[in-house]
Amino acid sequence: MALTSTDIDRIAKLARLELLPAESERMLSQINDFFDVVETMRAVDTTGVEPLSHPIAAIRDIALRLRDDVISEPDQRDINQRSAPTVEHGLFLVPRVIE
Amino acid sequence: MSETVNTFEAQQQGRPTGPLVSGYEVIIGFETHAQLSTASKIFSRASTAFGAEPNTQACAVDLALPGTLPVMNKGAVERAIRFGLAIGAHIAPRSIFARKNYFYPDLPKGYQISQFEIPVVQGGVVEFFLGEEKKSVRLVRAHLEEDAGKSLHEDFVGQTGIDLNRAGTPLLEIVTEPDMRSSAEAVAYARELHKIVTWIGICDGNMQEGSFRCDANVSVRKPGAPLGTRREIKNLNSFKFMQQAIDYEVRWQIEQIEDGHAIEQATVLFNPDTGETRAMRTKEDAADYRYFPDPDLPPLVIDPEWVIQIRAEMPELPRLMAQRFMDSYGLSEYDATSLTQSTALASYFETVAQTCQQPKLAGNWIMGELARRLNVRELTIDQAPVAAIQLGQLIGRIQDGTISNNAARQVFEVLWDTPGERVDAIIESKGLKQMNDSGALAQIVDAVLAANPKNVEEYKAGNSKALNALVGQIMKGSKGTANPQQVNELLRAKLG
Amino acid sequence: MNPSTTELHDLTLSELAGLLQARKVSSVEIAQHFLTRADTHSALGVYLARDRACTLAQAHAADQRLVNTRGAHQPLLGLPVAHKDIFVTRDFASTAGSRMLAGYRSPFDATVVDRLGQEGMVTLGKLNCDEFAMGSSNENSAFGPAHNPWDNTRTPGGSSGGSAAAVAARLTPAATGTDTGGSIRQPAAFCGVTGIKPTYGRASRYGMVAFASSLDQAGPMARSALDCAMLLSVMCGPDPDRDSTSLDIAAEDFTRALSDPIAGLRIGIPKEFFGDGLASDVRAAIDAALAQYQALGATLVPVSLPRTELSIPVYYIIAPAEASSNLSRFDGVKFGHRAEQFTDLADMYRKTRAQGFGEEVKRRIMIGTYVLSHGYYDAYYLQAQKIRRMIADDFQQAFKQCDVIAGPVAPTVAWKLGDKSDDPVANYLADIFTLPGSLAGLPGMSIPVGFGAHHMPVGMQLIGNYLQEGRLLNLAHRFQQATDWHARAPEGI
Repeated sequence: MALTSTDIDRIAKLARLELLPAESERMLSQINDFFDVVETMRAVDTTGVEPLSHPIAAIRDIALRLRDDVISEPDQRDINQRSAPTVEHGLFLVPRVIE
Repeated sequence: MSETVNTFEAQQQGRPTGPLVSGYEVIIGFETHAQLSTASKIFSRASTAFGAEPNTQACAVDLALPGTLPVMNKGAVERAIRFGLAIGAHIAPRSIFARKNYFYPDLPKGYQISQFEIPVVQGGVVEFFLGEEKKSVRLVRAHLEEDAGKSLHEDFVGQTGIDLNRAGTPLLEIVTEPDMRSSAEAVAYARELHKIVTWIGICDGNMQEGSFRCDANVSVRKPGAPLGTRREIKNLNSFKFMQQAIDYEVRWQIEQIEDGHAIEQATVLFNPDTGETRAMRTKEDAADYRYFPDPDLPPLVIDPEWVIQIRAEMPELPRLMAQRFMDSYGLSEYDATSLTQSTALASYFETVAQTCQQPKLAGNWIMGELARRLNVRELTIDQAPVAAIQLGQLIGRIQDGTISNNAARQVFEVLWDTPGERVDAIIESKGLKQMNDSGALAQIVDAVLAANPKNVEEYKAGNSKALNALVGQIMKGSKGTANPQQVNELLRAKLG
Repeated sequence: MNPSTTELHDLTLSELAGLLQARKVSSVEIAQHFLTRADTHSALGVYLARDRACTLAQAHAADQRLVNTRGAHQPLLGLPVAHKDIFVTRDFASTAGSRMLAGYRSPFDATVVDRLGQEGMVTLGKLNCDEFAMGSSNENSAFGPAHNPWDNTRTPGGSSGGSAAAVAARLTPAATGTDTGGSIRQPAAFCGVTGIKPTYGRASRYGMVAFASSLDQAGPMARSALDCAMLLSVMCGPDPDRDSTSLDIAAEDFTRALSDPIAGLRIGIPKEFFGDGLASDVRAAIDAALAQYQALGATLVPVSLPRTELSIPVYYIIAPAEASSNLSRFDGVKFGHRAEQFTDLADMYRKTRAQGFGEEVKRRIMIGTYVLSHGYYDAYYLQAQKIRRMIADDFQQAFKQCDVIAGPVAPTVAWKLGDKSDDPVANYLADIFTLPGSLAGLPGMSIPVGFGAHHMPVGMQLIGNYLQEGRLLNLAHRFQQATDWHARAPEGI
């Protein structure tokens, strides 16, 4: 199944990417080329197969490690914000958010 | 289970399943975000303390700086398990953290780590009283997730300031079935839930600081009709506004329908100043969160042994404690419920009751004299100047006849004003001990009889009122320390 | 051995270690030599960041430690290393090859960088790579591609192209790299150096700018298996405080079993790796290498990895899906690039990300967003994760018949820069031999085994079962003791 330019617009909006018309067109054809390759995958019968999200789970059970509830992060605001675009009074500034 | 609500047959037969508002049935479901009382954040080691300078408690992980990864806080899981046990839910032995993807300035990673398909707490019931009526609300789930930061709209011309101190604070999102049928019931549920989370110590319950935030899903329908379209009232941070907001929303929806408009699903905010709800500017494509299991976090596996251990450490829950107060202290359900509003109050009562062995009297004093004075001074039970032991001793002295009720009030007054004073010392110094020496009393009686022949005559003539007059005189003569019963007996004896 | 400093760069990491321990040369002298060399070969475009003062300060401190801790076993103390710019570092800017992070300064060091630093290694600088490690030619770097020292009109491979080129050009004796779908093995093959990607979870991912979280792994690239073993021993080990996916398996000394005999070892040859797609020049070199292994006493066993071709769509669904989410944090709010002009918040997001990300990154974000979006998740992402398990199971089947698996790293030798730049799918298809091992999370390495067309290096891939890094390094070391392909240097270097 091939994507349409409407799909591209919808995804670009979801992904917060501004695409110029030329970009969208190139993107559309390239992504469709890719999904031709993907078709082979969709045909595979995977009934009863557990998805594998952590590779090691293929051979052993993996459980989330839990850490003790301890505070050990000092205030590093200045160094943490040194690469921030705009900061005022320690706050990150963004264009007005309307609710 | 929930015999009081959602009775299927009633719904089938078109009978209302709850009170009607101008012919409409009100359907309410709740989503509550309870901030868990951990010291550090759910996925980082930064502090969760409230009110710090902006972004001083947002570490590299909270800021989503490149290369950072989440590491799960055991304390948050432990609290979720406690909640599950408190409401009789299923604790999932294996649950999954997922990413909820959306862009928002207070969401540093561009996704929120939450639980989607498999939450840690599944099912459960919250039971409570709405007046005399027992209600029970079924829970769908309670899942762990991270809180977002805060947007500050003031102080910056045309811009919004972002403070990420709150980002990563552990949340337990508690979701109910649409089981509530009135704003009153909704508030009663919220109060009970608030009581539970604070009682078991997983949340400080501070609503002003946003530790306990409620969203209400409200819809209306004609009895027997299918569920109507719901609107979600967000961030109800006080029980007062909760009721106002829901009542307003219900009226608004009914008016819309009556005027022939369809209700559109929406998220609304309640404005306490206007008392109205208003639809939020809907986030773009909010519908498509692109959930998928977070590859940074393996499955959360909870060992049954751990659950058993936590169950063993659980405090007695309020409903069970109230029942015990009724059974072993013979309190009324009302008294038992009032005395189990908080662990502090309940343990204060138990100390008093055990000291004086008079549970009913203890309850009366705590809910009467003590509560009154606490309210006036706006104190909590832990701040009460009169220690539970002292109140117990005081009530004991009433019981063994050492002092009268009136005298006890005077003693209490002293205890309240000068904490640490000993009950018996006060009784001594103020000479409040009831006179039990019959010789001394007899002399007073004789004197009074001699001085009031008129009353004696009237009494002998059959006017019982006259006796009271004499008793009054005698009490006066004894400066109130005489035992009224003793006085009566003596008089009757002497007057034959 | 008493070399004049002009020869220092010809020595391997372990040879330099010998000179240092013998006080024949100082850490500062070594650092100065390689820094000067980096200047003279700057046209190769391998370095994205260097700071002479900072490097020499580290070297000086290392020399002090060498004096103070005389005798102590610190094989890496004072030796130089350069890091792929996907690792964040406190002392050097960290860009991940993206305009989005131009000039970004991290407040902390990646765990891998920190571990090597603790051992006393001296950082020469940060190495070029494809943007966010997405690419196999280094042409997706926002700062221009690194060039292949064997032919600077050709690609060094990717995404760790700068690392491979720097080692091949003797601009550093050792480099770190990261491998998501082949990003250590393929550039190592293209540049004729040795590189290993450990089992997923062996090395901490903390401080690696995330591309595909369930696939990313760090690994060393150097001139020999011995050097890689020395580095990997330090790079691996649990990181319980920082990375929930790091395995609770203690670091081990991978140099210990390097010289074990390999006689009787069964090498599995997957027929799917030797089909029509494999260029004859590459095949010839691989066949010769396999014959060499037989001469060393190993036996070759035919095995099958039936879903090898499926690994391309599976990988290119999973990796972009995870990447689309991992790259959402680049929104112009907390760090990195923000557009100059915009109308409102949404516009700020769209323009910032449109300007900050390169074309391939945008393409993968689009694919990833699409396959996770409502109504497509099950058909794509979930289906891919299921086939991923089937692929992992195929390997376990194969390992019932063999101890390790061997085959080509890439179907061809390094191609000309620009040849595939406007055909993304062609690039994806070229990853076919490295993707299956990545999806299974298995350790894999690349060793030089000769030359193909245009006298470009050919690399052989060795894939081991989980946690069998030691076995792979042992196999590679034995091969390198019997051959000198790994010691060859490009002309004019």
